[in-house]
Amino acid sequence: MFTIHELFEKNPKMMREVYCDTLLELALSNEDIVVLDADLMSSSGMKPFFQRFPDRAFNCGVAEANMIGIASGLSAMGKIPFAHSFGCFATRRVCDQIMISAAYAKQNVRIVGSDPGVTAAYNGGTHMPFEDMGVLRSIPEITLIEPADNVILEDIVKQLAELKGVYYIRMARKNAVSIYKEGSNFHIGRGNTLVDGTDVTIFSSGIMVYEAIKASSILQTDGISARVIDMFTWKPVDTELIDNCARITGAFVTAENHNVIGGLGSSIAEAAAMIRPVPIEMVGVKDRFGQVGTEDFLREEYELTASDIVSAAKVAVQRKG
Amino acid sequence: MGINEDTRDLSVVAESIRLVTLQTFANIGFGHVGGAMSIIETLAALYGGEMRIDPKRPNLVDRDRLVLSKGHAGPALYATLCLRGFFPKEVLLQLNQGGGSLPSHCDMHKTIGIDMTTGSLGQGMSTAIGLALGSRLNGYENNTYLILGDGECNEGQVWEGAMFAAHHNINNLITFVDWNKQQLDGFTKDILDMGDIGEKFKAFGWHTQTVAGHDPGIIKAAITDAKKYKDAPSAIILDTVKGYGCNFAEGIAGNHHMNFTKEEIDKAIEDATDKLEYVRELSNKK
Repeated sequence: MFTIHELFEKNPKMMREVYCDTLLELALSNEDIVVLDADLMSSSGMKPFFQRFPDRAFNCGVAEANMIGIASGLSAMGKIPFAHSFGCFATRRVCDQIMISAAYAKQNVRIVGSDPGVTAAYNGGTHMPFEDMGVLRSIPEITLIEPADNVILEDIVKQLAELKGVYYIRMARKNAVSIYKEGSNFHIGRGNTLVDGTDVTIFSSGIMVYEAIKASSILQTDGISARVIDMFTWKPVDTELIDNCARITGAFVTAENHNVIGGLGSSIAEAAAMIRPVPIEMVGVKDRFGQVGTEDFLREEYELTASDIVSAAKVAVQRKG
Repeated sequence: MGINEDTRDLSVVAESIRLVTLQTFANIGFGHVGGAMSIIETLAALYGGEMRIDPKRPNLVDRDRLVLSKGHAGPALYATLCLRGFFPKEVLLQLNQGGGSLPSHCDMHKTIGIDMTTGSLGQGMSTAIGLALGSRLNGYENNTYLILGDGECNEGQVWEGAMFAAHHNINNLITFVDWNKQQLDGFTKDILDMGDIGEKFKAFGWHTQTVAGHDPGIIKAAITDAKKYKDAPSAIILDTVKGYGCNFAEGIAGNHHMNFTKEEIDKAIEDATDKLEYVRELSNKK
């Protein structure tokens, strides 16, 4: 069960601090927790973990493929590895290692990719993953998660320490807008209905959740009742929820900080097409590369704002006929 | 004709493995013959007493482990595991059969006795490091063995792992490189010349030996030496011939994956049977 924060303020604690603190807490009671990084320990905020548990933290250097393979081998010895790199290098660079050493070999590996999409900001196009989820989505049995704030990130990391399988967490490193109240917990594979609505459903994830909430308020003043979902699990996608939302609202908008090809929009469209087809408009990156800039500039540039969601919602509602 | 820790003559072990491997290939008429034949003496040294394993308890947590990173050589390992008592001989008929337990490349979840899934070259280096590191963290006094192909050493991941293993002194990892001088498209010197692989590992900070790769006694001695060395991971470069001991494959071009006729494989099996008889007689005379 979860409770919505409602103040929607930026949390002063960065998400990477939450990631590190959660693993530090878990590692105290679970000696099988091991951490790997690829020369981004400082960026991932994991330095305190490396200092506190030097025997269980491995900086693999700039060698991500080796890191994923080692994580898989450690899993085969009963360890619980969490491996991090920037989202682009934690996925597209090591796709085959995740596919074969981790997933095909049925190991239990948790991979954290930071700086999703436009949050890579000043690191620019080479470091701006609009494709990370898409690259991994066709790997069987993998679970893909994008937590929107500190509370859900902490809960997910704690769950992953206990779960079997290969998981990818797409994690913003810096300060996120608080969506959930402390003490909330979440069901991986189920979307969270944050706002009720009857005219259109906005499926969102990560930094787009707050944009979706803002969009629903704007739409309300225009007489459109928009339902907002935090679809934090991209795979396996919550088909039951998609069916219900299609039945109740009859139109969808998807909102993602990712290429619309292969991402959240694709997964929801695929499911809806088979379960209960409805008009779908996609807010997201329209098959473009990243570039350098402030996050605000990039949100405008790639049309990832509340106002873009509002426009898309109006079109989706209109298409219902 | 099974092998166990009491089978003292490793030549008998090796020739038994070669014969059963050829018989296994004979059932399907094609396969990765070259790379399977070249590692047989190494498998004989490992499974003929060196490895701490128990076929009755294949999942013992602190057992020794082998990562056959050149996973296409699986049939040689399947023959070895069968002879060592991990599964009955009928199972060998399942090689490459849909729904069977012996895929072309090793799969730890399909075959009893396989310690790591392999097939995408280069990846076994890292998973083997993970197994060795996990063993160390768990306080086990076991060894992890790794077999790489020489062509496989083209993969950058091998060298990423080599750096890591040296940096973290993964001294419970013993790596063999099957230096058979051939890869799928031809001779390694023509495709992508690796130069002196032993010197490369040495330069990466490894304890390195180069030994005759078709003498299981020499391989065993090299393992004993490697185990004594605690300041670095160990690499044993095996000077081998691709297709060794199989007349239609040995040393010839295109022996990575081949189709063969019934006459060819029958002749190879006959040769291997004769060789096994010969080493057995020699062994009995000792």
